[in-house]
Amino acid sequence: MGRRVVITGLGVCAPNGIGLTDFTRALQKGKSGVRFQPRLAELKFGCQIAAEPLVPDNLVEKYFTPLQLRGLNASGLVYGVIAGTDAWNDAGLKPNTGESPDWDSGIIFGTGILGVDKFRESIHLVDGQNVRRLGSTTVLQTMASGISAYLGGILGCGNQVTTNSSACTTGTEGILMAFDRITAGKAERMLAGSCSDSGPYVWGGFDAMRILPRQYNDNPTKASRPMSASAAGFVPGSGAGALVLESLDSALARGAKIYAEVLGGAVNSGGQRGDGTMTAPNSEAVQHCITEAILHSGIEKSDIDVINGHLTATSKDALEIENWSEALNRSGTDFPFINSFKGLFGHCLAAAGSIECVGALLQFQEKEVFGNVNCEDVHSEIEKHISASRIPRKTEKFIPKIIAKASFGFGDVNACVIFAAFND
Amino acid sequence: MNEERYQKLKEIVKIYLPEDVSVEDISMESHFINELNINSANLVDIVLDVEDAFDIMLENEDMDQMQTVMDALQIIEKKLTVK
Repeated sequence: MGRRVVITGLGVCAPNGIGLTDFTRALQKGKSGVRFQPRLAELKFGCQIAAEPLVPDNLVEKYFTPLQLRGLNASGLVYGVIAGTDAWNDAGLKPNTGESPDWDSGIIFGTGILGVDKFRESIHLVDGQNVRRLGSTTVLQTMASGISAYLGGILGCGNQVTTNSSACTTGTEGILMAFDRITAGKAERMLAGSCSDSGPYVWGGFDAMRILPRQYNDNPTKASRPMSASAAGFVPGSGAGALVLESLDSALARGAKIYAEVLGGAVNSGGQRGDGTMTAPNSEAVQHCITEAILHSGIEKSDIDVINGHLTATSKDALEIENWSEALNRSGTDFPFINSFKGLFGHCLAAAGSIECVGALLQFQEKEVFGNVNCEDVHSEIEKHISASRIPRKTEKFIPKIIAKASFGFGDVNACVIFAAFND
Repeated sequence: MNEERYQKLKEIVKIYLPEDVSVEDISMESHFINELNINSANLVDIVLDVEDAFDIMLENEDMDQMQTVMDALQIIEKKLTVK
């Protein structure tokens, strides 16, 4: 058994709330971040709604210098810097102002693709034989690791500073990578998080795959319907979430606030074998991932009392519930509470895992299980496995002891992390 | 030297100065990298800003020669004359 790891800081830039206060309230009250997007309508998207954080200009100025703001056109980078910096501050840590890097602190901040709008600008300049006009920050804004690089500079971290990428698993995977690094004794604290850009160039491919809802363009807040019989596809989203993972020793020595303990987890792949494909999960692998996470965490299946699912609001939701039920060997009213925050802010893609982990962890602090929206009509295939009473339709008072969070991604990749209420 | 151009150039350079260098520290002789401590990567941005502000185009060799504020003003003057 390696060293114990706890969560000491959280930050979030979500479509339905920027900062912990607004985000917590949004999750408690069921406030949606899904909005009609005139730009998607102009471009003749089938799905003309999306969930993106509304970041005011005067907020951005608090996180970036005037020089950094010049020519900045990478929305994911903005979300990631806000969430990452906030998490660091929330943990009671300060940006390193010394001349030497902080060797004990590192960053694993993932993304799917960064600076798409900046990249589009560059493409136009390059094609117009104007490559010389790209300026000095095109590379920094469009390299995937731009986000960890920016945060690394702001915070002055001297441990591993990197970016992981595993589609919609990215955020949850990053937390487990950070956990591994701390348990191995290679770092004292790691900022783990992920971000995802906004806009038609990110979301277009999903619209083309016809997996986004098309019949809610005039009723956006009803569009994202995880676990519902009327689920019509996932609502595209964007944003960033960030968590400070820290060795228990370091957290106690600093007298830091502790949100929860990370007991462990697992990542795996279905190998695109069996019923797994590039876009669909292999159920055997999903169950294996959950089982391994439980084993690795040293808990019993019966210990889990809340699950925050991947549950994107597609036809695969019922299969996910079946996989959880099989893996935990629990069903009906014996099944843990389960929720999906995607009903409120859609599927934030690479940022989904980190934003949702922040939300899941806030349930410990609030002593609540946050409610699901838009699933008044629970899918009948889901009710074959679990009682609808396990799907809270509004936020309920509850003291979670162990929360399991899973994310699944294109490429048939899975991650499951186990959080526990902290008690020493 | 044309005072108006000098002021215009100072306005451009200002944003690229590190925190511990102020716009008052800029003089004709200031070396962008060695004295004003401007990040060398940002020199290409200064060149682009100069192009936009004076509506001129700088060549690669102009960029190589542009080491000091004076160099920049001379290049600007040269470009504006041939325009």
